[in-house]
Formats: sequence, C-alpha cells, structure tokens
Amino acid sequence: MEKNMLKKDNRIFKNLYNELGWKIDDALGRDDWKSTKDIISKGREWIINEVKTSELRGRGGAGFSTGLKWSFAPKEVGSRPHYLVINADESEPGTCKDRDILRFEPQKLLEGCLIAGYTVNAHVCYIYIRGEYLNEGKRLQEAINQAYEKKFLGKNACGSGWDFDIHIHYGAGAYICGEETALLESIEGNKGQPRLKPPFPALVGLYGCPTIVNNVETIAVVPTILRRGGKWFASIGKPKNTGTKIFCISGNVNSPCNVEEEMGIPLKDLIEKHAGGVVGGWENLQAVIPGGSSMPLLSKKICDTITMDFDTLIENKSGLGTAGIVVINKQQDIVACMARIARFYKHESCGQCTPCREGAGWMWRILDRVAQRKATFKDIDLLSDVTKQIEGHTICAFGEGSAWPVQGLLRHFRKEIESRCREEPLIKKRVNNPYLVDQHLLENKNA
Amino acid sequence: MSLKKVHDKQPENFSFNEDSLRKADEILKRYPTENKKSAVMPLLYLAQRQNENWIPLAAMKYIANYLSMPYISVYEVATFYTMYNLAPVGKHFIQVCTTTPCLIRGADKIVKLCKEKISPNENEISKNGTCSWIEVECLGACVSAPMMQVNEDYYEDLNEKDTLKILDSLMKDKPLKPGSFRGRKNTSPEKIQSDGEKHA
Repeated sequence: MEKNMLKKDNRIFKNLYNELGWKIDDALGRDDWKSTKDIISKGREWIINEVKTSELRGRGGAGFSTGLKWSFAPKEVGSRPHYLVINADESEPGTCKDRDILRFEPQKLLEGCLIAGYTVNAHVCYIYIRGEYLNEGKRLQEAINQAYEKKFLGKNACGSGWDFDIHIHYGAGAYICGEETALLESIEGNKGQPRLKPPFPALVGLYGCPTIVNNVETIAVVPTILRRGGKWFASIGKPKNTGTKIFCISGNVNSPCNVEEEMGIPLKDLIEKHAGGVVGGWENLQAVIPGGSSMPLLSKKICDTITMDFDTLIENKSGLGTAGIVVINKQQDIVACMARIARFYKHESCGQCTPCREGAGWMWRILDRVAQRKATFKDIDLLSDVTKQIEGHTICAFGEGSAWPVQGLLRHFRKEIESRCREEPLIKKRVNNPYLVDQHLLENKNA
Repeated sequence: MSLKKVHDKQPENFSFNEDSLRKADEILKRYPTENKKSAVMPLLYLAQRQNENWIPLAAMKYIANYLSMPYISVYEVATFYTMYNLAPVGKHFIQVCTTTPCLIRGADKIVKLCKEKISPNENEISKNGTCSWIEVECLGACVSAPMMQVNEDYYEDLNEKDTLKILDSLMKDKPLKPGSFRGRKNTSPEKIQSDGEKHA
C-alpha cells in the first residue's frame, strides 16, 4: 500500500457517492447511531476530552479546535437557553462537500448534532442550509423525520434522557451568511450582516443566548471519532492536522470529484490519483487555489511538493480553508480568473464596512482593466495598496477573503500582470474631481 | 451587494391562501414565540411560491403585519438576499453559475446559449413566456461544473450540446430530468478508481 492513501477501513463517509443508500436503515447498517446512548452517558467532559484528543479542527475554513470551541459554552445553563447551530451555508467557490453529506450521509450529521447538542447543553439545533440547496434540504428533512420515527430525536432522544429538536432554516443566496455571526443575524430575521466580536457567539449568540456554531463536516465526523476513539482519528494525517477530510477537486482536471482523504496528502497525489490529473498533464499546470476562493493561489512550483493540511499551507502563505481545490491550467487567463473571483466578492460584500464594500469593487475594476490590457503600472501598486487597506480593517473575515486571493495573484504572477500593463494611461485627460474616485470610471459611459 | 429592481407593476393586495397559512403556522412553531421575526425568511419564500415565483410589495406589507414587525425590516430582508425575486421571472427560471470554477470549464458558453435561445438580456422573459435566465454566483456544485439551476433542480456536467437540449426542453415546457449529463454517479471520479490498496 502506498503511503498517504487513506485505507478503506478508515474512511468515515462511506456513502459519499450514494452507492449504499442514504435512508436511515442503510445508515444504521453503516454503524450510524450505534451506541449513541452509551457515548452520551459517558458525560460532557469525556466527550470534550475525546474530541480534544482527536485534535479535530473545524472543517468550515478557519480550522479552530472543535473540542476547545465546545468547552467555551457555559458549563451550567443560566437564565438563557443554549443553542447549537449548524452552518450548511456552503457557498465558498470551489467547495461542494457539505452538499454530499446533506444528501447522502444525513444521519451522521444528525447523530453528531445530538451529541454536540448534549455536550454544549443545547436542546434546540438549527441547521442553516443555503437556499439553493432546496432539494438537499428536503432530503435532510426526510432524514430528520426518519430519525424522529426511530425516536433518535425528540423527547428523550435515543434513550439518552436528553430532549433534542432539530429545525432547518434556509438562507436565500447570501454568501456572507456563511460567516457565523451573519448566519445568526439571518436566523433572527435580519439582513446577514456580521456582528462585532467579542462577545463571541459561545456566550452571546442566537437571540443573545450562548450558541455554538459548527460546520456540517465537523459535526458529521464526531460520532465516528467518539466510537473509534480520539486516538484513532489523531493517528491519521499529521500532528495538529489530523484525521480525514473531504477534498473537492474542480477546474481543469480530467475527472473532477469529491474524495475523502488523509489530511496532509500531497496535492499532486490528490490531483493525479483521484481527479485523473491536470488537463494537458502536470506540466500544463498554471496555478491551484487550494482551499476555496478566499485562499491565495499557489504557483506550480509550490504545487509540486506541497501537502494539504492547515499548517503547511499557512507556511506557504495560503490556507486549507474548506479544501475546495480549483485547478487552473495554462490555457486559462489567470488574471481573468482572479478578476472573476474579485467580481464574486464585489457582488457578495454585505456593505457594512466601507473598506470591503468599496474596496471589493475597486479590486475587481482594476483586475478587469489588467485583463483587458488597459491598466498602467501605477495601477498595480494601487491594487496592492487597496488589498492592504481592506485586510484587517473590517468587522468580519470577508475582508481578508476578498483581499488574499488578489495578494496571491500579485505574489505569484506579478510578471504576468506587468506584461499586460502600459506606461501611459489610455485616458490621459484628468477630471479635477475633489473626491477619491476611480479616474477610469469617469470616462466610461457605463460607469 | 446586488442591485435589485422592484417591479413597476404591483398588485394592490396580497394575502396568504389556506395552504400558505397552514404552512406559516408550522413555520412559526420552529422559533421561540418571542422571536417570531425569525420566520420572515421562510414566509417570504412562501409568498414567493404562492405568487408565481416573485414577491410583490403588498406581500412584504402582509408579512410585516403577520409578524408584527416594521414593513421596512421585511423590505430590507427581501432586498438583501438574492433569491427573493422582486419582479416576475419565467416559469422556468434558469440560473447559470459563472463563478471561476464553472467559468474555467466553459460557463460563458452556456450564458451565450441562454442569450441566443431565451432572451438577449438577463431577467427578460422569453417571447413565448416560459423562461427567463440570470447569471449567478457559485451554486456549490463546483466538481460538476459547468452547471445551472432551473427552479429547484441542478443540471450538472454540461456541455454546449446538452445545454441546447435542456434549453429547448424548457422552452417547450417539457423539462428534461436534472442531474449529471455525463451520466456519472453524483460527485464520484469518472474513471474507475482503485481503492488505495490496489495502487502500485
């Protein structure tokens, strides 16, 4: 057996492609809901310790220790109830892993919800699904109904003595609602605009009550971890970057797919062994976005050797994010690709903080100009400056998410950008406008 | 932020029909009684479904009243989220994903076909009145790119030929079955993969 390939036995999501059936009876055959009652009877402290031992890090993008997050919830329930909220607002370009869990492994998620809910003292759980996943939401509702019929949910859920209810709340097409506080605002019936932190949701979250927000994949792996032991999970992958992960490989590969693999697998193995290789061969690779569109791209030279885990990618000035890998080959115009991502952020900015609202559009316009060979050399420095002014100056991480991909482009493809720029601006006449505006726009009819 | 235009011809009145009222009751049960404002998003969906897939201003007023919240708060929510249509759309509402993962696999060709077959502009209902289309941001099916959503269903793994067939079927009001158009099993890799142990 080759190193760094996940053993079949260690796979958590055995029904990722729905070869075995999604219904509850099929899921029971795959050991879902097996000895859940015993797990819960071992108590909160045992569960949190076991999850800490597993070194599970959140699968939603930030990679925060799940055990630690759970331990932030108040130990005793005070005057306010606790809530568990599951983030299924999967909207990061390049990512489509939660969709398959919702469709084909819903019982893993629901069992995880019960265990997590018990651990953080929550009797009610909301699963926030993006509005576009309506069919996936219907499927999940069926799965929830099946779990209620078997008495795994509801009063005295699974015989554990814990009452637990799960409700679905649909989003409506706002990327920002994947940010945990924006998501809470959205459930409360407001526009999805993020809140300032602190206070963190663990203390003041949904309806002002202590709330734990976790990604779908994070929660769905918990039951298996507790059944097989934290040490088992920690033995897979690398230290501090443990366990298995669903990677979504899209873009210019021969067979794009979702695949569960060990953390720390070399990117090249992932692309060549699972996704059928880069279209046109490995040498035809131009760049890879390793963790959803918010993460800076990697040049081919880095891709040759890099392994896919949180810490290695951070060392290479990128990040694992959601593990949505977008492969871009040499037939693509890299500037146009990144300009399209900048347009995505312009469209999705919630508009709350000025640097993000104005900066996202600004970055898009400059990149679009570069793609059309209309930009000047000065524009490159301006672009770089705009990214720096957004980064760190917004309420939520969306600012970084929009600025980092542009910084990545500047870092790895500066020569390519420069080759498309000109010394003199196309439009030389300057309008004497007292405000800080994009000069170029004033001359454009459609501006 | 997306720009949304409210339709210029608005109906005078709106109220939930019996079916919607029953569903609204169910929805309210999901949230704490003192937080019924939480139901605004599901209720907007209800109104949209009842009113041929778009939400008139009268419906926002009705929902504001129903949840005892200010009309402007409902309006804010309805205009913030892109999936609430504030003007009529086609019976088959086609949303083409054009974000980078789909773009590099040819989403622009699908957009071109929509322009040719349905209407030259986004949000414009086709001459026979059955379809309209828009470009949207990532729909979360990146490994099945390029793809489009028609009402609730995902059409995945498209090429120009299949897209033409789908668009024709929609224009004739006889939609083809959604799913992968390369006949693959969900998001699995297409070539038969060995499972680790069998690798050299």
